[in-house]
Amino acid sequence: MTQAAEIAPRPAAQPVATAAEAARIVARTAAVDAVGLEGRAAALATRSIKRDAKAWGLQLAIRCMDLTTLEGWDTTGKIVTLCAKAIRPDALRPEVPSVAAVCLYPQLVPVAVEQLRGSGVAVASVAGGFPSGLGPLDARLQEIRGVAEAGADEIDIVLNRSLFLGGRYAEAFEELVAAREAAGPTHLKVILETGELGSYDRVRQASMLAMAAGADFIKTSTGKIGMSATLPVALCMLEAVRDFRAQTGRLVGVKVAGGVRRAKQALQHLVLVHETVGMEYMSPELFRIGASSLLNDVLMQLEKERTGNYSGPDYFTID
Amino acid sequence: MSEAIERPSGGAPPAWEYASAPESTDVVRLEDRYGLFIGGEFVEPKSGRWYPTISPSTEETLAEVAEADAADVARAVDAARDAAPAWQRLAPAERAKYVFRIARQLQERARELAVLESMNGGKPIKESRDLDVPLAAAHFFYYAGWADKLEYAFPGRGTPEPVGVAGQIIPWNFPLLMAAWKLAPALAAGNTAVLKPAETTPLTALLLAQVIQEAELPPGVVNVVTGAGETGAALVDASVDKIAFTGSTEVGKAIRRATAGSGKRLSLELGGKAANIVFEDAPLDQAVEGVINGIFFNQGHVCCAGSRLLVQEPVFDVLLAKLKDRLQTLRVGDPLDKNTDVGAINSKAQLDKIEELVESGVDEGAEIYQPECELPERGFWFRPTLFTGVVQSHRIAREEIFGPVLSILTFRTPDEAIEKANNTPYGLSAGVWTEKGSRILHMAQRLRAGVVWANTFNRFDPTSPFGGYKESGFGREGGLHGLEPYLSFDGNHR
Amino acid sequence: MSDRLEVRRTAKLFIGGSFPRSESGRSYEVTAHDGRSLAQVSQASRKDLREAVVAARGAFPGWSGATASLRGQILYRVAEMMEGRRAQFEAELADAGADDPARGVSASIDRWVWYAGWPDKLAQVVGATNPVAGPYFNFTLPEPTGVVGIVAPGDQSLLGLVSRLAPAIVSGNTTVVIASERSPLPAVSLAEVLATSDVPGGVVNMLTGRTGELVPWLAGHMDVNGIDVTGVPDELLTDTERAAADNMKRVHRGPEADPFAANAQSPYEITAFMELKTVWHPMGA
Repeated sequence: MTQAAEIAPRPAAQPVATAAEAARIVARTAAVDAVGLEGRAAALATRSIKRDAKAWGLQLAIRCMDLTTLEGWDTTGKIVTLCAKAIRPDALRPEVPSVAAVCLYPQLVPVAVEQLRGSGVAVASVAGGFPSGLGPLDARLQEIRGVAEAGADEIDIVLNRSLFLGGRYAEAFEELVAAREAAGPTHLKVILETGELGSYDRVRQASMLAMAAGADFIKTSTGKIGMSATLPVALCMLEAVRDFRAQTGRLVGVKVAGGVRRAKQALQHLVLVHETVGMEYMSPELFRIGASSLLNDVLMQLEKERTGNYSGPDYFTID
Repeated sequence: MSEAIERPSGGAPPAWEYASAPESTDVVRLEDRYGLFIGGEFVEPKSGRWYPTISPSTEETLAEVAEADAADVARAVDAARDAAPAWQRLAPAERAKYVFRIARQLQERARELAVLESMNGGKPIKESRDLDVPLAAAHFFYYAGWADKLEYAFPGRGTPEPVGVAGQIIPWNFPLLMAAWKLAPALAAGNTAVLKPAETTPLTALLLAQVIQEAELPPGVVNVVTGAGETGAALVDASVDKIAFTGSTEVGKAIRRATAGSGKRLSLELGGKAANIVFEDAPLDQAVEGVINGIFFNQGHVCCAGSRLLVQEPVFDVLLAKLKDRLQTLRVGDPLDKNTDVGAINSKAQLDKIEELVESGVDEGAEIYQPECELPERGFWFRPTLFTGVVQSHRIAREEIFGPVLSILTFRTPDEAIEKANNTPYGLSAGVWTEKGSRILHMAQRLRAGVVWANTFNRFDPTSPFGGYKESGFGREGGLHGLEPYLSFDGNHR
Repeated sequence: MSDRLEVRRTAKLFIGGSFPRSESGRSYEVTAHDGRSLAQVSQASRKDLREAVVAARGAFPGWSGATASLRGQILYRVAEMMEGRRAQFEAELADAGADDPARGVSASIDRWVWYAGWPDKLAQVVGATNPVAGPYFNFTLPEPTGVVGIVAPGDQSLLGLVSRLAPAIVSGNTTVVIASERSPLPAVSLAEVLATSDVPGGVVNMLTGRTGELVPWLAGHMDVNGIDVTGVPDELLTDTERAAADNMKRVHRGPEADPFAANAQSPYEITAFMELKTVWHPMGA
């Protein structure tokens, strides 16, 4: 099994529409039937992934993971240990690949840049007034520029739900485009905060809006409000991404974050990706899982695949 | 416009092959040979004849079952007749508890029944496990509760009484579930029964007979006679009070002719050629799932299958592209693999019929599309198939194929969709896909079909009445109305 | 007679799926029909009642949101569990002075089974589609009322209780029950059955104690939607109805007939604590 290759940088996306078209983008977006969507997600969740296929999936889950810490009490020490874990998740098994990225707050970016230099693991930072995204626009844009300058490889920002749910689509779009510009060539993920949007229709509309504004990735959640990345929400976003690809030829990545704690869930998300957008997306370039405790559960499942016995938490480091 | 998703080529990551995930068959304990279930016991057939029943995915013989002749059928009917008075006189609450027992025992033996159903019939294990068996148990559960509440079901209609002895002939597409649809209301209403499962799928009915033994139902209340068309004909001619039949319209008509003037009560659930109507404003990705489910679920061996897709012209291209894409992810293969989506065709005879009709489609000028997929060497298989450029006069638009073959036509306005949907002697089901509620109700009002599914398809529930208009038959199964075929009121047996 | 010392039972309240003692720390002695002491039983206070209502309210979305089929299956399982414990119930009924404990237990179990068969049929019998004079689809559905307080009858302490409780919860209501003061032990055992039958915590809350003390608090509680007054002593009835007016509680008294009679059970005991919702939708292309 190969190690995590360095993620081949793709050129940053650019907006494909104007703010004036924003309202039309939202209005034109197809409806989503919740019962049908949830039924399809539930059916895909029954796929049985065993043996080699399971081991491959678990390895991919690690390679696609953004190992995350977004806490007020994150210190340099915490980031140092997190980065060590990110580079070498399993202390006893060096063949287990590194994760895709670490995800943290702007203040800690320089520490992570230092720790991860040369490792192939990317530094992703939230910015733009995460998680609410409702501070003054200038300050938010400045924060984005700041983390890009500090060396972040990827920037995770939030959609302005206050504007979006208030129907002020052009303004919400303009803010995303400004963020896109402030990020420069740095890879940009737009967090939709699906738990606040209220319906799958809205998730799809927000996805289309973000992609039209030039997002490189759309992401489900901040992980801060308890409503997290469910399978139906992920499926909804994958279907939007699929249609955007068909309409524009552009591939936008999907990141599920929040609430993915068990290896089984990670595999289920991978099945959704596989059967909705295909093999092309089965890589960290286009799919990510934002998680923290998930990593050890995946390592435990990998151990079980290797030895045949169920493992326990004592055998995996907590960093 | 949109194109099919690219599949891996050189340089792309290797495909993610789901390893085979076979459900173990250890849970099934098959006998070499099964007699007829008459008077509470498994007995040798008077005919002295037996025949092998096979797995359509491997062609291997699973067991031998008896072939009942007219004398065997008469014996079963006598047993049902003898058991009837005591069963009818039983306090309804006690009868209810017997039927609850059957429901519970089906839940206990669920895995065994599901595996056997897939082995004998060819349908994917995830369908038999997640739909057929749970629904069968649910039907017994639902009707058990009616046994002692019949006075509430038909207020003012007089005292409800059982019809008597019911002869019930069921098809091979949902063997256990059809047995449940027939037996549950019959028993709840106080009738006794002789059940004749389909020729190719007798095994789960025989396992159900074991469950009935375990529930200690009085002997003769339920009897199971296995065999082919002749056994069924013998049952139709026997001295039963009622015949319930699910199967082809052709045989349904023959049964009507055979029972004309006899006074026997009849309920028939026959064929269909349902239209699945997709409007431009439909939630498209979910509509695709509904269309796919509508025709490929259970290999299309479904009387209410959405076998005609009527697409509103503006979304034809997008929908077709999505359908073709979706067909690539359908997994055809071993029914016992938990990841299989489309299983085996039930028999060689059925496979021949499908092939003949598909050939006619090509000959008559429709355009065929089939995804590439490897089919196993042994067994009976057919690739999921789409036809475009279909017109109403094509055989594939008029005749029931009963296989994984979708005929796609277009329409412009709601009225045109209704006209085309109704333009068939069948009338079992229909599907409507649109975001607009009032249009759903408008279409539902005008479609001449016994079941209308809106923004969904192939949904079944014991509380929901199912049955057809026109040549799709008459009588309803499921719900309060499903009791009616098994009851007489105040001695009036009509 | 064995030398073995038996382990005596503690009879506690049943609130939110757990068995707490009364917060008041009180209990009272329960005696058999012949004066023998049977047990100390927790004596619920108004605060216990308050907690019970909170638990019932918390359980309502989940229980009313469950499919009718699931509720039916759970209630059938209650009957299975009761059947398994019938010896205990019979002994308790004998202590309470029942003439034919076995008959009482059988009738209680059968009544439970009868009601378990209703959830997935009720809408078909009492709901309707209404042929309004216009292009509208119009339908009427029964829905559960919410939190229902039940004052169980003083005697017939198992069959009488079952006859009030089963119809109340079948439709999705959650309940706070004030058990028979004189013979509470069958109610305690029933609570133990419910706790082991997949009935979610909070759907049934069982309070033992002084009826006269608890009824006014139940009757006046503004977050209780209905009250079954079958077991309310006559002298408290008027005050109970008056207190119920404050939040328009639905008030219902069970049928007077012999609880063993077949007509002592009815789907209209279920609908007594249900609302009717009517929906209109235009039909047009």
